[in-house]
Amino acid sequence: MNQAEKEEYLREYSILKNAGKPFFPYAVAKDSVMAVVVMVVIIFLAAMFGAELGPKADPTTTTYVPRPDWYFFFLFEVLRVMKNVPKFTDMATIGVPTICMILLFLLPFYDRSPERWIGRRPVALAAGLTTIFAMAYLTYSGANTGSPNSVDLNPPSSLTSSQRATFRAGEAVVGQSGCLACHVIGHNGNNGPGPPLTAIGTILRPQAIASTLRNPTAPMPSFADLAKDNPEKFNNLVNFLSMLQ
Amino acid sequence: MPKLPAPPLPKSLQPRPKRPGENGNGAVRPVEAAQEAGITVVDWIDERTSLSGGIRWLLFRKVPKGINWFYTLGSATMFAFLNQAVTGVFLAMFYRPDAAGGAYESVRYITDDAFLGQLVRAMHKWGASVMIILIFLHMARVFFFGAYKYPRELTWIIGVVLLILTLAMGFTGYLLPFDQRSYWATIVGVNINGTGPFIGPYLSDFLRAGPEFGATTLSRFYAIHMMLIPGLIAALIGAHLYLITKLGISAPPWIKAQEDPGLRESQV
Repeated sequence: MNQAEKEEYLREYSILKNAGKPFFPYAVAKDSVMAVVVMVVIIFLAAMFGAELGPKADPTTTTYVPRPDWYFFFLFEVLRVMKNVPKFTDMATIGVPTICMILLFLLPFYDRSPERWIGRRPVALAAGLTTIFAMAYLTYSGANTGSPNSVDLNPPSSLTSSQRATFRAGEAVVGQSGCLACHVIGHNGNNGPGPPLTAIGTILRPQAIASTLRNPTAPMPSFADLAKDNPEKFNNLVNFLSMLQ
Repeated sequence: MPKLPAPPLPKSLQPRPKRPGENGNGAVRPVEAAQEAGITVVDWIDERTSLSGGIRWLLFRKVPKGINWFYTLGSATMFAFLNQAVTGVFLAMFYRPDAAGGAYESVRYITDDAFLGQLVRAMHKWGASVMIILIFLHMARVFFFGAYKYPRELTWIIGVVLLILTLAMGFTGYLLPFDQRSYWATIVGVNINGTGPFIGPYLSDFLRAGPEFGATTLSRFYAIHMMLIPGLIAALIGAHLYLITKLGISAPPWIKAQEDPGLRESQV
């Protein structure tokens, strides 16, 4: 906006403002009605759904589902989607959320037209609606990801019966640990943000799998505590993963 | 039977309002002083602070024509924040940021044993969701009405900071019950923070209070959740409101100013 447009706006606004009503009591009345509605909605939700408390946090256990609160689903899904498109992997690591945040901050500086009526701002209208639909879709798909705790695989037929028992035991650890929230194994789990584990046994040797579990790349949590407190479970996990071929 | 209204008394017969200290030697009687106590106190404060001007400036400013219900979303967000502050104070009376088990135990006490504890905790939990929905709706209103444009750019920037701080409140508060879900979700969340550009690794080290998720992490999240961010949010809401009052609430973009016929050049 240049100086003339600024003055034009200020003149127009001062006429509109003078034709208006005092904030108190007219706007205050509407705000108060809205405040009562907000309070009623909060109390209704609180009374209807309460607040649950899961089992106590235990760093040595593996039974967990790393799931954020619903309003972070869209961020988690952005990571997942970006990891699935190889071309955009770098963009995901630079941080799509960071870029969106900067774009949001600078909005008044790159959208400098004096027009305010959305019908005559086609770019802003398209961008706004796209953002709303993208966030709604990402939240929806984040809410509907498969349960990360159910694994159902057929052990390879070449295994002996004791290997088969190890396979089942390791599979159970994978299910409890919620690995499938970020990894795909066959038709189970979610592809991303973590790499697929369907044939991890052909890529990494057991020692490499074990050391990755102890010192994983962020954001994966470390399994070093499990290795220390329950080596048998940890070994089952490592053996199971190395059998995936 | 309906009564006719009594005819107005002539001026000379109407009771005159009493003046302080009228009968006697001009001193204010105790009864009169007591009757005027409220006004006296307000006067006393105003004489020293001159607050009444500011309050008049805040409350009796005009809002432009055509203000509708979409304009209540901002104050509704602030109200949801007040709900979080009040319920948060009551939760803090019982909560102990003790990673060794005290935190979980105190939340269990709030949920199961404390009087109305379950309701207050649920109001805090659901109030967070309501506040986040409202802040996004408020932002959408400002965006589609073009209200972030001149002269309200700074109000928009403060609003974006408030949005990020609100999301940070949701993130830090999620750990505090210290159950399995909050513990592991926070570990993954902090690790995701660590993959951010430039400040990412420093930010996640700061949040964890070190390279590993340890005993001090919980007290750090607690301090951030109930001291650092609420203070920042309250201060920035103050700045946001000051700018709104100073610049005036934006008019709906479909309303055009009617030229005042008295100001036409031909009539001057």
